[in-house]
Amino acid sequence: MPTLDRNEVARVAALARIDLTDAELDRLADELQVIVASVEKVSEVATPDVPATSHPLPLVNTMRADVPEAPLAIADVLAGAPESEDGKFLGPQILGEDA
Amino acid sequence: MTETTTALVPYEDATARYDTVIGIEVHVELGTRSKMFCPAPAVFGEEANTSVSPVSLGLPGALPVVNEAAVEYAIRIGLALNCEIAETCRFARKNYFYPDIPKNYQISQYDEPIAHDGWLDVELEDGTVFRVEIERAHLEEDAGKNTHVGGSAGRIHGAEYSLVDYNRAGIPLVEIVTRPITGAGERAPEVARAYVQTLRDIFRALEVSEARMERGNVRADVNVSLRPAPDAPFGTRTETKNVNSFRSIERAVRFEVSRQAAVLDAGGSVTQETRHFHEDTGETTSGRVKSDSEDYRYFPEPDLVPLAPSREWVEEIRASLPELPAARRRRLQSEWGFADSQMRDVVNAGALDIIVETVAAGAPPAAARKWWMGELARTANERGVALAELPVTPAHVAELQSLVDAGRINDKLARQALEGVLAGEGTPSQVVESRGLEVVSDDGALLAAVDEALAAQPDVVEKIRSGNQGPVGAIIGAVMKATRGQADAARVRELVLQRVGEG
Repeated sequence: MPTLDRNEVARVAALARIDLTDAELDRLADELQVIVASVEKVSEVATPDVPATSHPLPLVNTMRADVPEAPLAIADVLAGAPESEDGKFLGPQILGEDA
Repeated sequence: MTETTTALVPYEDATARYDTVIGIEVHVELGTRSKMFCPAPAVFGEEANTSVSPVSLGLPGALPVVNEAAVEYAIRIGLALNCEIAETCRFARKNYFYPDIPKNYQISQYDEPIAHDGWLDVELEDGTVFRVEIERAHLEEDAGKNTHVGGSAGRIHGAEYSLVDYNRAGIPLVEIVTRPITGAGERAPEVARAYVQTLRDIFRALEVSEARMERGNVRADVNVSLRPAPDAPFGTRTETKNVNSFRSIERAVRFEVSRQAAVLDAGGSVTQETRHFHEDTGETTSGRVKSDSEDYRYFPEPDLVPLAPSREWVEEIRASLPELPAARRRRLQSEWGFADSQMRDVVNAGALDIIVETVAAGAPPAAARKWWMGELARTANERGVALAELPVTPAHVAELQSLVDAGRINDKLARQALEGVLAGEGTPSQVVESRGLEVVSDDGALLAAVDEALAAQPDVVEKIRSGNQGPVGAIIGAVMKATRGQADAARVRELVLQRVGEG
């Protein structure tokens, strides 16, 4: 059975940029382990003739035609920006910038 | 992270001691009208943030819907690269934190790409054909664009900050990943370049992208590793990101081979990392240490249902594929009767399309090739422009040749007429007219010149009279000179012999 120990929870939390206290890590490690165990039970009844699925809906190919529609007005686009300059979102210097 | 001077081994020494393995990831922006997952217009060069929708911005509650044309384009690309098209595939979230992706994840494909297991034959400049194995081609969305504003230019009290434009966020991309490319040896840089160039030509032929390198429509990440021998396990690789011109791709591979050889020679080991290529110096420098793919915490995209392209649709797309560039080149070469080397020169000079148009305008293929690869290639080279940028059209060249073929001008006059066209004096016929370039075959005008030439060279006349026709050329030369090259040489010869005979 796959396990989700405290170290693993800490690693995933760091990747997701979630800052957890020691107490939270302890609690979540326990809770998540219960979830993993529950999912494991499902695997027990999923025999090889049950196809793997990544989506609960029995649908495929939900697509739209390639027809452009009006974009958002610039004022609406920037309404949620902390600051802007020249129509662009302005944020703190991006550290370790790739380009 | 800057590096001090990078130690390098001369390229030839490096390839003598190590076997180069490369791998290339190419991103191509699809030329759909709207974005991958929302109907915001997919445009280039517009004002910042004027082509975005709630989906491009990752606003809460905004849901993606797949663009059918993007899927079709991806299938076209997959088929052109001899790939299998997946019967069913899905999208996945690639999670990372960077302001160019406001959702904090990019919708991509991970374990189930739409196309996989293909190959592409790449022709090098000397005609050698090299097969590149394609691992996969998958659909994803492009990210926005960050601009870093430096301290001195910054408006907030000299602070450094970043600006983000999301117009590009959500433009459909297909990423094409090769298997490790082995066996190229010292030609690896050339293979890398030719591969991307071949892909670019295919994208254009398929009409899935304008594929303009300078606009970043096609971007390449180049993986390079060295190993002591072709049967040794792969060495540690580096990935040089976003190399955006054909020449840079070649230079980046060469540089990495020289650099990695120096590291290995010194007993060190190559660090697995992302590197950046610098156009100005031709060097790569260290970027971030490559995170393993697990760090992206890929998982199936819950907001999208799987894609299951029907076999009928795939076959329909296959049947509608245009002739691909390599097949077209083979067909044209055989139609035109060009030798392999002639055809290669034409292709390498980027003159293929313009010769096609010139032939379509009525010129014989050999003549079209002669003008574009000779006189005009030279002029373009002198002016530092592409053939298509010269003020001469395929129709002009066809017209020029038709004047030659009709005997109205000879080759020398044709070159003068072409100069006139290049100088903006009009069409070849107009230039012939205005510059008075037409061949003189009128006997009256020619006879005067012939008589003058004969009178000037009595010794030559004697020789001809005594049965030696060799010196006739000297008289013809004099006549041509006197008529500024405009005499009809064949007629002059006849007249000379006639006059000498009469005497």
